[in-house]
Amino acid sequence: MAEYQNIFTRVQVVRSTPDLGVPLPARRADRIGKPIIAYWLGKLGNAQLGPIYLGWTGLASLLCGFIAIEIIGLNMWASVNWDPVQFIRQLPWLALEPPGPEYGLAVLPPLAEGGWWLLAGFFLTASIFLWWIRTYRRAIELGLGTHIAWAFASAIFLYLVLGFIRPVLMGSWAEAVPFGIFPHLDWTTAFSIRYGNLYYNPFHALSIVFLYGSVLLFAMHGATILAVSRFGGEREIEQITDRGTASERAALFWRWTMGFNATMESIHRWAWWFAVLTPLTGGIGILLSGTVVDNWYLWAVKHEFAPPYPQIYPDLADPAAISEMGQ
Amino acid sequence: MKIGLAFAAIVGLFLTVAMLVTAGWDRPPVVAEQVGYRGLAMEQVDNPRMEAALVALHQAPEAIYPWAPSDLPPAGEFYENLQVLGHLPEDQFLRLMTSITEWIVPDGDCGYCHNLENLASDEVYTKVIARQMLEMTWAINEDWGDHVGDTGVTCYTCHRGQPIPSEIWFTEEGPPQAAGFAASRQGQNIAAAAVGMTSLPYDPFTPLLGGTESIRVEPRTALPETPGVSIQETERTYALMIHMSQSLGVNCTFCHNTRAMASWEHSTPQRITAWHGIQMVRSLNEDHLLPLTSLFPDERLGPLGDVAKVNCGTCHQGINQPLLGQSMLPEFPSLAQRPEETAAMEEPADEPAADEPAADEPVEEEPDPAAE
Repeated sequence: MAEYQNIFTRVQVVRSTPDLGVPLPARRADRIGKPIIAYWLGKLGNAQLGPIYLGWTGLASLLCGFIAIEIIGLNMWASVNWDPVQFIRQLPWLALEPPGPEYGLAVLPPLAEGGWWLLAGFFLTASIFLWWIRTYRRAIELGLGTHIAWAFASAIFLYLVLGFIRPVLMGSWAEAVPFGIFPHLDWTTAFSIRYGNLYYNPFHALSIVFLYGSVLLFAMHGATILAVSRFGGEREIEQITDRGTASERAALFWRWTMGFNATMESIHRWAWWFAVLTPLTGGIGILLSGTVVDNWYLWAVKHEFAPPYPQIYPDLADPAAISEMGQ
Repeated sequence: MKIGLAFAAIVGLFLTVAMLVTAGWDRPPVVAEQVGYRGLAMEQVDNPRMEAALVALHQAPEAIYPWAPSDLPPAGEFYENLQVLGHLPEDQFLRLMTSITEWIVPDGDCGYCHNLENLASDEVYTKVIARQMLEMTWAINEDWGDHVGDTGVTCYTCHRGQPIPSEIWFTEEGPPQAAGFAASRQGQNIAAAAVGMTSLPYDPFTPLLGGTESIRVEPRTALPETPGVSIQETERTYALMIHMSQSLGVNCTFCHNTRAMASWEHSTPQRITAWHGIQMVRSLNEDHLLPLTSLFPDERLGPLGDVAKVNCGTCHQGINQPLLGQSMLPEFPSLAQRPEETAAMEEPADEPAADEPAADEPVEEEPDPAAE
């Protein structure tokens, strides 16, 4: 019984000979890499590694991605004067910054003043687009729907809003996000401060709903399937067409717990929509900041969306308005 | 059971790794005190153990002997070249001089500022600066009551037994970066102690405390009506606020209601005090410290040749009331306000060159306790 109280992968998906997949049409580049079987990979997923179909979009995507990472990484390294120790120590702090406000939407400001940021952004965007084409075409070739490509497109939309669409609407690359670990987080906080508290942005709120909702759904679904894996519940495709005891029990658990249950099929629609709507609504929220709304708190007060709280320290007022010194 | 153990082990592992690879962890207890309306997370977070440790660090020193009224004649009648303290009775004047030595160079003596062969001489630069520092102290205590209240400041508030206060600032270029067409850091993106080890702009002081560029970044209208402030300027303000938070050992909510950072109506009274503090620091840097630039030798200036300047940390040094709010002014009333106009009668001839002593360079023999 304890065998089925699992949170780690218990079943090795191993074949005696690697699966090479369906034959490819003529004149199509071959899959590359000699497949291997690895026990420890089998602990995480399928034990077989490779072959991979790269194709020209994959190849071009990796190349563009490599160029983008090189531009970002080498500029970060230059920013600590090529000191290898400081590069490692300070890596989370380092960044490649967009051009300053003085350059507006200049096509290519001086490299040292944000030009590299534009080049890195161009190659990263090219890389991401090529990878999207790849996910779309691989799905078609395998006879699948294109759900994965469209879910990926939702994330790409948020990426483009942050780094391209909104800066263009605002007329300045300086509005875009730097490439860097802590610096992009500082950017996020500064963005919220600048636009009067993003928590009062309803699209930000929606994005959080879908983000947290995704987490909840993921936990519910993952736990449900693991819980019925003792009845073969992880074999979902079979369960959809031939509801066995695992599917029935999983459904009954939720119906008895909360009155309503998803089906083996619909749970994946829930998950897909929640995941897709997270960056989609978030991107809309970012897109409206500064272009349509300048101060979300004041906007929320105006529309009676921000609840009023009592002012507990009386008579506080802007001292710059009282004093003649101004600020 | 087994799953529970595995789960606990994983959580424990993550927490341990997080604690080992990240900085700034305090051992409990942590006490949160509510400072605003309920439900707004306006609270001051403190650790009583660490607060207790601060108490010992921030004690005002005992006066060398208690202040007492005096009917002795003004010191200006006995000593030459007393430009700002000539009005003090002689005993009080000497008591103040001795106290200043204790506060600034406890390991040194009068020779840190004076030519010991001719105490009246202005040839040692530190003496001229000390005189300007007295003017600054009076300016703070008389003109900036909105910030320092009745508590006021003395030399010790900043100096704490050091010739150079521990928290001062110069215009910063930061550590070296590659030149040429390599991307500029744009004044940020390294771990900077001045802004709480964030990657925010590491010198918000030059534009905002050395200059008077606007700190305010939030629009006052819901919709965009005027061109707004850039994200870069916002990060600069954010960096200054992190400095204030660090310098005072407080959270954002000490002053702000973070649901509406800019709203004065929903802030705490401390924000008003802090606003006057910013005006005060700007004024001290502009009116009292910048004019001293040419008096300092090169080694006392910053890497770009600017004079040492003050920020919030210079006085506060990690707590929201410097010296825990203890006022030293009752013991040193002569620092509370400028001398009466009558004291200005002192010394019409203040030409330091005329006081050149006969003895040759005795000052150079003095060990410099301020040697860094």
